[in-house]
Amino acid sequence: MSTQADFSTALLDTRLPCPAGLYSANGADPASRFSVYRNNVQGSLINALADSYPVVQQLVGEEFFRGMASIFIQQQPPHSPLMSRYGDGLADFIDAFEPAAEVPYLADVARLERLRTRAYHAADAATVSAQQISAALADPQTLAELNITLHPSLHLLNSAYAVVSIWAAHQQDTTLAGIDIHQGQHALVLRNGLEVEVFALDHGASVFIRHLLHHRPLLQAAQDSPPFNLPQTLALLIGHHAITDLNNKVSP
Amino acid sequence: MFTLNEPVPPRTRAALCGLPPRAGLGLKTGHFREVLGTRPDIGFFEVHAENYMVDGGPFHHFLGLIREQYPLSLHGVGLSIGAEGPLDLQHLQRLQTLIERYQPQAFSEHLAWSSHGPVFLNDLLPLAYDTPTLDRVCAHIDQVQNTLKRPMLLENPATYLGFERSTIDEPAFITEVIRRSGCGLLLDVNNVYVSCINHQRDPLTYLEALPLHAVGEIHLAGFAEDADSLGDRLLIDDHGAPVDDAVWALYRQALERVGPVATLIERDNHLPAFNVLLAEAQQAEALLRHARSQP
Repeated sequence: MSTQADFSTALLDTRLPCPAGLYSANGADPASRFSVYRNNVQGSLINALADSYPVVQQLVGEEFFRGMASIFIQQQPPHSPLMSRYGDGLADFIDAFEPAAEVPYLADVARLERLRTRAYHAADAATVSAQQISAALADPQTLAELNITLHPSLHLLNSAYAVVSIWAAHQQDTTLAGIDIHQGQHALVLRNGLEVEVFALDHGASVFIRHLLHHRPLLQAAQDSPPFNLPQTLALLIGHHAITDLNNKVSP
Repeated sequence: MFTLNEPVPPRTRAALCGLPPRAGLGLKTGHFREVLGTRPDIGFFEVHAENYMVDGGPFHHFLGLIREQYPLSLHGVGLSIGAEGPLDLQHLQRLQTLIERYQPQAFSEHLAWSSHGPVFLNDLLPLAYDTPTLDRVCAHIDQVQNTLKRPMLLENPATYLGFERSTIDEPAFITEVIRRSGCGLLLDVNNVYVSCINHQRDPLTYLEALPLHAVGEIHLAGFAEDADSLGDRLLIDDHGAPVDDAVWALYRQALERVGPVATLIERDNHLPAFNVLLAEAQQAEALLRHARSQP
């Protein structure tokens, strides 16, 4: 193996000894010097995950989180120098991580936090004014074929748990008391201006928005969704600057 | 062996780095609004390139506004110039896009590696200094400078151990890289001090052995202190403390030899209030003012 292959393997697998061929000028055990690099790698990656998943860490405590993160790092080290993307696989990892099984909603909270990070860094897009949207909705001819494009930061998450309420409770030091964690929620995540926002939608509204994300025309998307409040859902999208384009051409 | 170009004629400092010879600060996301609100009198800001390799959102919003008012230094931490494998072309492309967007006055990277195969290790890892490494580093810097169509600055590393394989000492290695590639030197004075303590060298002797004519920018930072298996001082370049007195002293000696040059106060961990960083930058600014007044 090459020098860097040995070095790299031993940095990630902390059970391995210090690689050969290293020395300290003062004759100290090179392992005591190598451990600085190992601590830097482990510590910086764990910190990167902790920064991206603050509520997951709050839910399980720092010690548990750091232990879980170090196992994750060994199994799925970063494959990109872009740390904002590191940890995409953490939610799926948590699903299979036996010691976390007693916090069944943990993986979905991780999914929600990942969507918030993606929304934060998503592409910018100019939004359509409320007046333009009202005009398009008011004209039956236009409405019949109307397609709306949603902001690149907009994401949906369906959870069997009260993922939005659990996440929100951890924004203000409140407890989970009063939250029925088994009340499934449909989360909507988007960036409104510079702020990432999180909402709980009812099932029909969430299906409707998913149809829109798949470029279905507005009326067809509404018809093919379980009952929901269309004006209220559109008002939510308009009010939070989530509509970036209107057109009445047939989508590809 | 790589095919190497003839050594590039030395560039002037202005060609290597367009930053003013003043003190600058790392731009932290928590300080965006304060910087825009208070417009501190500071020579430039520096950002880590990788943090801004995102599609949109607040990072670009604020950097765009701050760039309109301040010179910018783009400092890469993920290119892995010393890697045994080839450079990540996608990453180089992202750098090019960022440079086109923000037109920074300087671009710098490290004499280190941080990727092996597909794995990115998120740390600046040490190199064995021998001829194959020298050829490889020079070829990678050529590739970077040809792609970005501008010279880069290469930062001297902070290291904690040596390689038995090494046949060239670090200042000589850096001198040869700069001679062959025509890149500039980002002189990290804290790294000089940290490495010299860790390897029992004299910091001033080491400093004087560097190609000081090629210095385009200086970094100052704080270190953490640990001990190795013999109980000897082991300094760790953690950017988590104020600049140490010994590093300030070495900085003064560097300025006497280099003249006034853009100087960054680096702080990435245990971030204090913006005012505390500003005061540290003002301390560097006073020394730069003194250096500017010298004939």
